[in-house]
Amino acid sequence: MQATSERLENKHKIGIVVFPGSNCDRDVYSVLNNDLKVGADLIWHTNDKITKYDAVVIPGGFSYGDRLRAGIIAAHSPIMDKIKQMAKDGIPILGICNGFQILVESCLLPGALLMNDSLNFVCRWTDLRVDNNKTPFTNHFCDREIFSIPVAHGQGRYVADKKTLKELQKNNQIVLRYSGDNPNGSTDCIAGICNPEGNVMGLMPHPERASESILCPKPGSNKAIKIFKSLVSYLTDKNSYDKEDKFSGTDSRSSSRILYHSINKTKY
Amino acid sequence: MSILTKQELDYLTHKLKRRPNSVETDIIGVEWSEHCSYKSSKKYLRLLPSKGPRVIIGAGQDAAALDVGDGYVISVHIESHNHPSAIEPYGGAATGVGGVIRDIISIGTRPIAILDALRFGPITDPTLTTSSKSKWLLKNVVSGIGDYGNCIGVPTVGGEVEFDSSFEDYCLVDVASIGIAKKEHIIVNKGDIDDLIILAGGSTGRDGIHGASFASAVLEDEDNRSAVQIPDPFLEKLLLEATMEAVEHDCIKAMKDLGGGGLACCLSETADSLGRRFEIELENVHTKHQDMSAAEIMMSESQERMLYITDKSKLKKLISIFDKYEIRHAIIGTVKDGSTVEIRFRGDIVASLPSNVFAHAPLLDRPTKPPLYLDRLDKKNKKEKNNNHHSSSRKDKSTSNYIQSDKDDYNLYCLDMPKDIPDINEILIQLMSNPTISSKRWIYSQYDHEVGLRTVLKPGCGDASVLRLENGKFISVKLDGNSKHCYLDPYNGTMGCLSESCRNIICTGAKPIGIVDHLQFASPEDPEVFWTFVQTINALKDYCKFMNIPVVGGKVSFYNETNKGPIKPSPVIGSIGIIEQESWIRESGLRDGDSIFIMGFTYDEMGGSEYYEYLHNIAQGTVPEVDLAHDKLNANAILHLIKNNVAGCVHDCSKGGLAIALAEMAIQGDIGITIDLNRIPNSCSRIDNLLFSESHSRFIFGANRAAEVTKLLAKFKGLYFAEIGKADKKSEKMTFRNVNVQAGTQSSNFSSIPAGGVIVVVDVRLEKLAKTTTVVEDIMSG
Repeated sequence: MQATSERLENKHKIGIVVFPGSNCDRDVYSVLNNDLKVGADLIWHTNDKITKYDAVVIPGGFSYGDRLRAGIIAAHSPIMDKIKQMAKDGIPILGICNGFQILVESCLLPGALLMNDSLNFVCRWTDLRVDNNKTPFTNHFCDREIFSIPVAHGQGRYVADKKTLKELQKNNQIVLRYSGDNPNGSTDCIAGICNPEGNVMGLMPHPERASESILCPKPGSNKAIKIFKSLVSYLTDKNSYDKEDKFSGTDSRSSSRILYHSINKTKY
Repeated sequence: MSILTKQELDYLTHKLKRRPNSVETDIIGVEWSEHCSYKSSKKYLRLLPSKGPRVIIGAGQDAAALDVGDGYVISVHIESHNHPSAIEPYGGAATGVGGVIRDIISIGTRPIAILDALRFGPITDPTLTTSSKSKWLLKNVVSGIGDYGNCIGVPTVGGEVEFDSSFEDYCLVDVASIGIAKKEHIIVNKGDIDDLIILAGGSTGRDGIHGASFASAVLEDEDNRSAVQIPDPFLEKLLLEATMEAVEHDCIKAMKDLGGGGLACCLSETADSLGRRFEIELENVHTKHQDMSAAEIMMSESQERMLYITDKSKLKKLISIFDKYEIRHAIIGTVKDGSTVEIRFRGDIVASLPSNVFAHAPLLDRPTKPPLYLDRLDKKNKKEKNNNHHSSSRKDKSTSNYIQSDKDDYNLYCLDMPKDIPDINEILIQLMSNPTISSKRWIYSQYDHEVGLRTVLKPGCGDASVLRLENGKFISVKLDGNSKHCYLDPYNGTMGCLSESCRNIICTGAKPIGIVDHLQFASPEDPEVFWTFVQTINALKDYCKFMNIPVVGGKVSFYNETNKGPIKPSPVIGSIGIIEQESWIRESGLRDGDSIFIMGFTYDEMGGSEYYEYLHNIAQGTVPEVDLAHDKLNANAILHLIKNNVAGCVHDCSKGGLAIALAEMAIQGDIGITIDLNRIPNSCSRIDNLLFSESHSRFIFGANRAAEVTKLLAKFKGLYFAEIGKADKKSEKMTFRNVNVQAGTQSSNFSSIPAGGVIVVVDVRLEKLAKTTTVVEDIMSG
């Protein structure tokens, strides 16, 4: 495991986007700053300085009150244009719950997130299995590792057409699956996916809520913190980061080389 | 809708020294409605003990504030939206949450939790025509609370639900909220001359006009839908964040939320509390419709609106914060020297009222009369007591064969099983399947109860909700009510609710520091109803004075009835406690190897019990009483065991009695248990009474060092407690046995059991018990 507690301030910073209606921004901020001692800032959606950050987290909540459709209005917000460019440049972008919905509506991730099959909002703990531990967000996990995490959403059922699904499976883009209990009826038990390059990931469950032992149903089961630790490792240890065959089944070397190259060029 | 009574109009004319104009009559009518003015209840509420060393802001304000140490303050408030929820449950319940949240915000605290206490007609009887309406109300109330709370990002962490036929075609929806702030950020309203009065939030429309008056009258069949307010949680979230930012930047001198009675109540009460004159330019109010009259603007109950007072130097900053969150706002007036509220509209002065008259309705002296039905029930109870040779009065412990002693010296008490009691196993399953008792997972899984990273004890894990605070301490909160007990005996029933609510937070390791109450009754104009209200006040007074817990806030909701009749008296008690250390937090599930203990005494107190009411349809009998001294003793003893790490899991006995409490602990711990009923301290005359009596002040706890229990409890003189069984992971059953330890020492009850004999009273598989936890889900999805 790579070391993670090195303070990133003034070297690498994580920007947490705050839309009107975001709720989990302060929770993510707390885990990153207080638990992991990483430099993370809350960035109001009209603030241009998001482009100066080395990683972006789009937190959970009800951006714009879920008006029209969850995430649709935020997806058309000017800040998302900047984030789309950052994604192209290989900056790690993590979307949690409403953040995942925003990434899907922004077309940074494929598929759609529909109403839960129970037709009700569901808030409960479940287990996830890591099916791709080579992304910037999962490199601290063992392959097929299972960990506990809570969900809290009304529109979390992931769907995609057959072709997209095949692509996702072929490219190892399905990062996290519900193991055992599927709380919303997601196709193929999909809980989190990434883009073909691997630097953009969205997941419906809330890792920030399972990062401290005291908040977990079983003491010591706060393994979800590894999602954040993985990101921190990715940012600090890029030099020794294994670039080979990381994200996609095809053309992996060339895409990851481009990724690495652009990260090195990022300025503050 | 008639508003001011003739006496009120005469009083007003006398005070104003002129007749009020129609705008003034309208707006005073709203402020003097029962809902806003508390004219029937204020006299009695003043009797409640509300002071204490931790009380920073006490009763009578928008929310109460309690000192939790280290420079932090917790705020608490409770509200109900009964009348609107009975008509439009989704909107009524949602706006109820909105209202209580704004009260928390208005003293400068950030809301960190919501709790709900809900009451509906029965949902289990498919032949009952009101059953499907009750299900519809439940479904939509939960949806409304969930959608609103989830959207604003405040976790709904706990609550309770009761089903009773007196709520048929109606519902009670109580919502409470907790907030937190640093002491220096608390807004204690001030207003200086030339300060600006700003209205911000939603536009003012015609929704909810006469909402306060609607809540001050009996629900009739005609469509009252216009009186139900429309919710917008996204706007509330924006208001929340904007206000927190404004508080941080010191831009607010006074704040008040707009709730019942709209601007009329808000302006009158604020002006009165500041002791200032308000000059209001009503046309500045941002409205939904162009043609609203002055009276309509004043009376509107459009939601998500707050009033702010700031001085000129801070105006720019405050406005910039509203603009950041795109919240509509308007400067609607100025603070001046004097004591009137003057409303101008399009150049004319449309109302000018002295605020101390405006804000203080003449109080009423409602007559009281003990209800006839109580008299009838009393006669019935006495008759049965005389007929039943085995019954023992509560105070008479001479028939009790239990001696407080250590476990080797149990005196024999073996209960005869009267032939007419059917299979207790079946009774147990039926009672566990009672929606009032069964798991509420179907409800709380629709509430985001985790947002905010504070929820340490989640719904279903313990007896109360536990949240962590910035200073390393924890608060425990619970709402409790029992309409069945309160109907049969309003005084003892209310005492019981107080005891139960405090017991629940004590089970989690907390020391109670404050109480809020929500008192819900039918029409106060009925002397019998008002009598029950006064009994409730007396119980609150007596309990809280004895326990030295301040009543820091509360609400009174009258006129809860339909054309079918009044609701049962329904006081709901919210208790708040502090847990000083993380190691004191306790859940309710038993652990492998636990010795199971009970603390407290069980009496023949079956009146209002779920056993009598749900299973046997009997609304009669002796309601459990609270022995204040024992209640306090037991509370102190349990906390002592918790702090010394001897009691590892704790659960109290309440609805359904100790049988249900034990079953819940077994299911929660997913562990088999064996209990010897003869060891339980009691004076019961029948086995089913022992199992299902709802006597108060009883705790069940698990300890893996049983000898330590006796040692630590030695200093609590007069305490009743006993080791009654064991938890065993290998056993997958719950077994209750009745053991005849010695022969020949008892009354003639024993004839059927030989010496050394054991009767197995309950023997049920854990998985069968656990199946009952999906009852509410099955009913609601079926």
